[in-house]
Amino acid sequence: MQFGIFSVGDITTDPTTGHTPTDASRLQDILTIAQHAEAVGLDVFAMGEHHNPPFFPSSPVAINSYLAAKTEKIILSTATTLITTNDPVRIAEEYAMLQHLSGGRMDLTLGRGNTGPVYPWFGEDIRQGIPLALEKYALLRKLWREDVVDWEGQFRTPLQGFTSTPRPLDDVPPFVWHGSIRSPEIAEQAAYYGDGFFSNHIFWPASHTAKMVGFYRQRFEHYGHGRADQAIVGLGGQAFMRKNSQDAVREFRPYFDNAPVYGHGPSLEDFTSQTPLTVGSPQQVVDNTLGYRDYVGDYQRQLWLMDHAGLPLKTVLEQLDLLGEEVVPVLRREFAKNRPADVPDGPTHDALKAVAEATTQDAALSGVSGATYSVEVK
Amino acid sequence: MTVRKLAMISAGLSQPSSTRMLGDRLAAATVARLEEQSHEVDVTRVELRDVAQDIMNNMLTGFASPKLEGVIDAVTTADGLIAVTPIFTTSYSGLFKSFFDVIDNRALTDMPVLIGATAGTARHSLALDYAIRPMFTYLHAVVVPTGVFAASEDWGSGADKVKTLPDRIDRAAGELVPLVIASERSTAVRDPFGFDAALSPFGVGS
Repeated sequence: MQFGIFSVGDITTDPTTGHTPTDASRLQDILTIAQHAEAVGLDVFAMGEHHNPPFFPSSPVAINSYLAAKTEKIILSTATTLITTNDPVRIAEEYAMLQHLSGGRMDLTLGRGNTGPVYPWFGEDIRQGIPLALEKYALLRKLWREDVVDWEGQFRTPLQGFTSTPRPLDDVPPFVWHGSIRSPEIAEQAAYYGDGFFSNHIFWPASHTAKMVGFYRQRFEHYGHGRADQAIVGLGGQAFMRKNSQDAVREFRPYFDNAPVYGHGPSLEDFTSQTPLTVGSPQQVVDNTLGYRDYVGDYQRQLWLMDHAGLPLKTVLEQLDLLGEEVVPVLRREFAKNRPADVPDGPTHDALKAVAEATTQDAALSGVSGATYSVEVK
Repeated sequence: MTVRKLAMISAGLSQPSSTRMLGDRLAAATVARLEEQSHEVDVTRVELRDVAQDIMNNMLTGFASPKLEGVIDAVTTADGLIAVTPIFTTSYSGLFKSFFDVIDNRALTDMPVLIGATAGTARHSLALDYAIRPMFTYLHAVVVPTGVFAASEDWGSGADKVKTLPDRIDRAAGELVPLVIASERSTAVRDPFGFDAALSPFGVGS
């Protein structure tokens, strides 16, 4: 199982000091945070993509390419890459570049984006969000799996004889997660291809996540990618920790009360009881996170949002220390207990490569596939 | 015989509230007629005031608290809805509108609805037809022709003695009842993952 953090890259005034970071300083902070995530032993760093203030990161692939050079082990992912408003040809090219630069230490989570004006800014219509996500991803897949592509669709000019370069590293296309809060169509899409399904999880009650993940698992099995419990599930999470839980609540409350998205709404107490947000001791974060398995089953990736709402860099780094020292080691141990051996681990390039090679050999010998991941071999 | 489910929502704020009183009377008249026709009726009565903060939180966070979710479920799975609001500043109250704003805009399609409103004077009565009825029309609900308006004077002397409030209530209930009997809403199976028939997971153009 993989553990990590994701950042949405919000520029928010620290409500306790009135300090607002510049784009420049926030970007530097995020680079520091990502490298610290690796230092404390986390497996994944995922960067968001936004085209509207108060969010600055318009290009997660640029940030991740920089981080690829600065890190050794951590997987660089996105949260999310906008499949609706980007050209799938550019996604195919840029993320293949990142795949080579990072030595395969990357994957991506596709999302639709829910900011109305971003669609027209990029020449699209938000009412076509789902059809855009479906068609553009179908093309993206093709570009990574077929050397020469002829394609025609509704949302992009046709392609004749196009080759997306560089070709994927080791002929293994980057792993793709499909992220969604509430659209079952996206769970269906992830299941159809045998891709990962990433449930945002943090803004909605657990019962909702349970239904969406359950649906994805069922459809994953329906499409013949494996048993439902072998589907590839990722979850968001959100925590603020201090050794003493009362200190955590006291320190986090002003940030919660003024946070983008839910600030000035429900109380911290209501929100923590109704969503996965945990504010308390590292042990409480361990207990709550272990509880996710009760309603989504054994899963592959847990990411936390740690660096938002104006929290100062120093505080965020302390949070990462707590995650690395007191939370993740316990979770690794506990999540491994009673986990069936044939439930896949979090996806990595090496694992996908091994499966692809095994599948090719098996196919050559007997046509039988021993694939754990549903990797298509061209 | 199936049980008919009826929901009454009142956006009244005071205690006692004339809006709630009107809602209760509309519900009682509807129940009486249904029972006359040997239908068992299960009525859910909701004061939006009790979930006012939950409604606003839902607006801000995008999800309903468990308490509000219970109310939304009760309303959207009913066979008929009686919706009553005070008229504030020429229209439905903000609380009334906010409740319908946080419900999925497809959740009330085909819902039989009886609308009612209250205000200090009868000069506000047309708000039923220029504000409240169009809102439900937008939601594809089926609103019965008679909306019932009760001004303060309707509760005492000065009330209309020709078409009295009880007469208007009875007439409206009479229009709602056949729709409630015919409704299949409370027994329908809802598939939260039901897709548009045209959905293809790989898109159209590939």
